[in-house]
Amino acid sequence: MSNRVAIIGTGSIGIDLMYKTINSKELDLRFVVGRRSDSPGMKEAMLRGVATSSEGIAYLEDNIDKIDIVFDATSASSHAEHDRVFCKHNKFVVDLTPAKLGELCVPVINMESLKDSRNINLITCGGQASLPLAYALKNSCEKVLYVEVISSISSDSAGIATRENLNEYVETTEFALRSFTDAEASKAILNINPAVPQVCMQTTLYARCEKVDIERLRSNVNSVVKKVKEYVPGYNLVLEPLVDSGSVTLAVQVYGSGDYLPEYSGNLDIINSAAIAVAKFKSKVSGAGSRAVAIEERLA
Amino acid sequence: MKNKHISISDCSLRDGNHAIKHQLSVEQIANYCKGADRAGLDIVEVGHGYGLGASSSAFGVAKVDDETMLSVARENCTRSKLGVHFVPGVGKHSDLDMAIEIGVDVFRIASHCTESNITYRPIQYLKAKDKMVYGVLIMSHMADAEKLLKEASGMKAAGADGIVLMDSAGYSTPDIVSEKVSVLHENLGITIAYHAHNNLGLAVANSIAAVESGAEIVDATIKGFGAGSGNTQLEAVVAVFERYGYKMNVKFKDLVNLSLYAENSIISSVPDIKAINIMTGMHGLFTGYGTYVQKVSSDFGVDIFELCERLASRKLVASQEDIILEEASKLARRAV
Repeated sequence: MSNRVAIIGTGSIGIDLMYKTINSKELDLRFVVGRRSDSPGMKEAMLRGVATSSEGIAYLEDNIDKIDIVFDATSASSHAEHDRVFCKHNKFVVDLTPAKLGELCVPVINMESLKDSRNINLITCGGQASLPLAYALKNSCEKVLYVEVISSISSDSAGIATRENLNEYVETTEFALRSFTDAEASKAILNINPAVPQVCMQTTLYARCEKVDIERLRSNVNSVVKKVKEYVPGYNLVLEPLVDSGSVTLAVQVYGSGDYLPEYSGNLDIINSAAIAVAKFKSKVSGAGSRAVAIEERLA
Repeated sequence: MKNKHISISDCSLRDGNHAIKHQLSVEQIANYCKGADRAGLDIVEVGHGYGLGASSSAFGVAKVDDETMLSVARENCTRSKLGVHFVPGVGKHSDLDMAIEIGVDVFRIASHCTESNITYRPIQYLKAKDKMVYGVLIMSHMADAEKLLKEASGMKAAGADGIVLMDSAGYSTPDIVSEKVSVLHENLGITIAYHAHNNLGLAVANSIAAVESGAEIVDATIKGFGAGSGNTQLEAVVAVFERYGYKMNVKFKDLVNLSLYAENSIISSVPDIKAINIMTGMHGLFTGYGTYVQKVSSDFGVDIFELCERLASRKLVASQEDIILEEASKLARRAV
């Protein structure tokens, strides 16, 4: 068995992931756990008939042999505690917090090279939206000197954990921007917008680089946008690369699929869709042929 | 009431930086701080217009880095407290650590007026280090008094020593100011500060209304030097408060030389109220957008007023320069 999933964290991210996991033919959702039995997310999970617990990480440890994959949708500091347990039991975890304990992953860039990693970190929503563009840029110029990303998300899509983790959001996004482009300097900004009707997630990338090949940049950007669209259909280029000597600016908008939260919450959708893509990949590479057993067990 | 003491927080070297695309030099900062300190200004705020860690392509690259700006200011402010502006999601805690190391006295942690829970962590972080911390509510015209009170109460619970209401669009009129400041003053029991902009020519009047309604700190800038059509003019507001008999550490006569220095050596064009400023003020758009909207509209060759209207319909908050770019590009292509 290799496709049995547990979700820890019952905020917006956790519950949207719950629906995405339920909707996935390849994944088998076993538990949704959190800390408060009366949280709206927990109620939603119960309503859907998913096995839940408010014992959080303790419950998962007690049932650790019944799961293959954990999605951690809590907070950076909580993930650090949780991962001690996952590490002890050698359990595979997809970390959706900006804790950056595991390998940084953007599915279209490096998922295939991480098949043996136990902890995969999905950076941040702004990271998932911008890094494919930053990577396309890196492959279209001699050197990226500086890369900067500003993301606007709607207030309604920014849960408490996101708000408490802004410092980690900025640090982790900046770190990933440098890691994936080899730029010496990076900057990340997150802007939470309360406008009604809600704004859709938008991410703008600014960069300075040496010897940009404009044609190649256009083609690399179009091709990476197409690849991201395979798991996030609402990922759209809204500002074609503007190149002014060594400065490059481009922007994407990210509409979500509306599984749990409204479509404007592209920020949640892009990181969750990345999580699902990683889980499917992991389940495929580590347990071919086990699906029949999983179904049998569920029926029993 | 006339015995009341008013403190002045001079934001010339922070909000003023907006007006010159964040190009204040080391020499200007040093000289201005020396003059402000001599004049007895209570707090001198220094930095990039958007605060710590904000120097960027999106918001403008500052001529001088944060650490140098603050160090130079610290060296030249012996009596005046040194203040910084910080927006979570823009700056990092490591920027706060740097400011603490340099000896910054006053930390103003800001968020859009309905999003104040993003300030709790940095407020707690700074209070744990025993710093003076104010919670700042930006674009306060976008929430009513009751909502502002709720947001401010959360900041107080997180540890804020006071609340700063910012009229970042210069949208407010004295009646609005009085209502909002009174509600905060009467219900919070902590210091209230008011930060006005002059888009509708009301910055000094709004600052007076704020003080009459309970505010104890007023933000002002030399010659009104600040984003858009500028802020409350420091010299003017101090002169009015003197006439009204409020107690202050600063005297109007001590500002004369500072005003002349700023006029000759810092302010390339004294803020006035242009049509674009009234336009952003009326639409409740962040006043700092004025110059940027003008630049972008000319870069893309689009009508500035049409661009403004489109931005207003998207209810932009502060620090969304990227959306202005996108909207102008759309307008240029007539894609929508």
